[in-house]
Amino acid sequence: MSDMKSMSDKTPSSPERRHFINAATVAAGVTLVPGVMLIEVAHGRPEDQAASSAVRWGMLVDATKCATGCDECVSACSTENGWTPVAESQHKKQAPQWIRKLELQDPLTQLETNLPMMCQHCAEPPCVDVCPTGASFKRADGIVLVNRHTCIGCRYCMMACPYKARSLVHEPLNDTQKPDVPRGVGCVEACTFCVQKVDRGDGTTACVEACTAAGHNALVFGDMNDPESEISKRLRELPTKQVRADLNLNLGVRYHGI
Amino acid sequence: MAGKIKRLLALGAVVLTTAALAWAGSEDQPKAGGAPKPVITKATKGEHCVEPNDFMRRNHMKVLLHHRDETVLEGIRTKKYSLKECINCHASEKTGSVAASKDDFCVSCHSYAAVKIDCFDCHSTKPQGSMAMHPLNAETAHYAHKLAAQANSKVSAEEMAGVAQ
Repeated sequence: MSDMKSMSDKTPSSPERRHFINAATVAAGVTLVPGVMLIEVAHGRPEDQAASSAVRWGMLVDATKCATGCDECVSACSTENGWTPVAESQHKKQAPQWIRKLELQDPLTQLETNLPMMCQHCAEPPCVDVCPTGASFKRADGIVLVNRHTCIGCRYCMMACPYKARSLVHEPLNDTQKPDVPRGVGCVEACTFCVQKVDRGDGTTACVEACTAAGHNALVFGDMNDPESEISKRLRELPTKQVRADLNLNLGVRYHGI
Repeated sequence: MAGKIKRLLALGAVVLTTAALAWAGSEDQPKAGGAPKPVITKATKGEHCVEPNDFMRRNHMKVLLHHRDETVLEGIRTKKYSLKECINCHASEKTGSVAASKDDFCVSCHSYAAVKIDCFDCHSTKPQGSMAMHPLNAETAHYAHKLAAQANSKVSAEEMAGVAQ
């Protein structure tokens, strides 16, 4: 009985804590403003408003639904962002890979796992730590980007990234870029979580759209800070892992079934 | 004395002829001190620029620089002072671009002023969606190798692109 009592004392819903939680909710409510503003935070913001840290964009990859041989996400990314797919590149080892499909096999059990690998949009990104010019940066809403205006192409970030997510543009692109996605020779680049779409208020990325359109539904994109978003709900239900969780980078991309 | 008058008349004639020639020449291209002046074509869209012309000619680089940092670092994507919007209005009707030929809007002045810009190393020089003139454009450029591979087949790359349009 005494054990029971001491346990109930330790439960997180002690009066003081509840009071604190309430205060925090009220504070968040003030910044959000009822009704309309709440929706705007979730589904895009006015174009003159800066990205806010109230949002953290993230992605859930359900590897159990990711189909063998399917690369819809990869080709959708290449079409949206205007990079040449590896298969069509003349220099395959230098080809950009904003997102790539991995097929893994357990040597003991022969179990095959499929998953897309891309920039994990770490909360503590090593690429930002090592960048000598500050070109590699994390936006307030958690998206890790390269500022091409200050990138000098030193490729330190490519070395630092544990996920091999970044690539360098080796040759001039000769005006083949998409108007929404500037990219150019001598600069490092990687997955941007389709920042142009996010800022437009689409609330999704090209790879997620393609995966859903193909009927696999292996990818979910959304605001991990919003407890009501689809991604938050799924993350609550599914056991997920971070790749190289030992590095403590707090990733924006979570995998289920690996 | 008569010789002096004759010489003066001859000089006057030479001056007049030169002036006339210069005048005739100016119809093709505006000139300043012998150098061709930039061709400033009127924007294809819109009545006027986001600021008066004089202000923009002197300060467009400052407003663009400020806007670029806000956009990249903070995600503020207002249309005023956005390079994309400059291109949307100023792309030439002939090339569909602001920097493809020497008379296009950006290049024309920048080559006159001898100021090299690297905006278009990364940014597209063409507006979004108006790609009718080129079989390969920003939308389809990454299919270049696919089209090249099919060039030997019965349907040429140009025809393929034409169908796609």
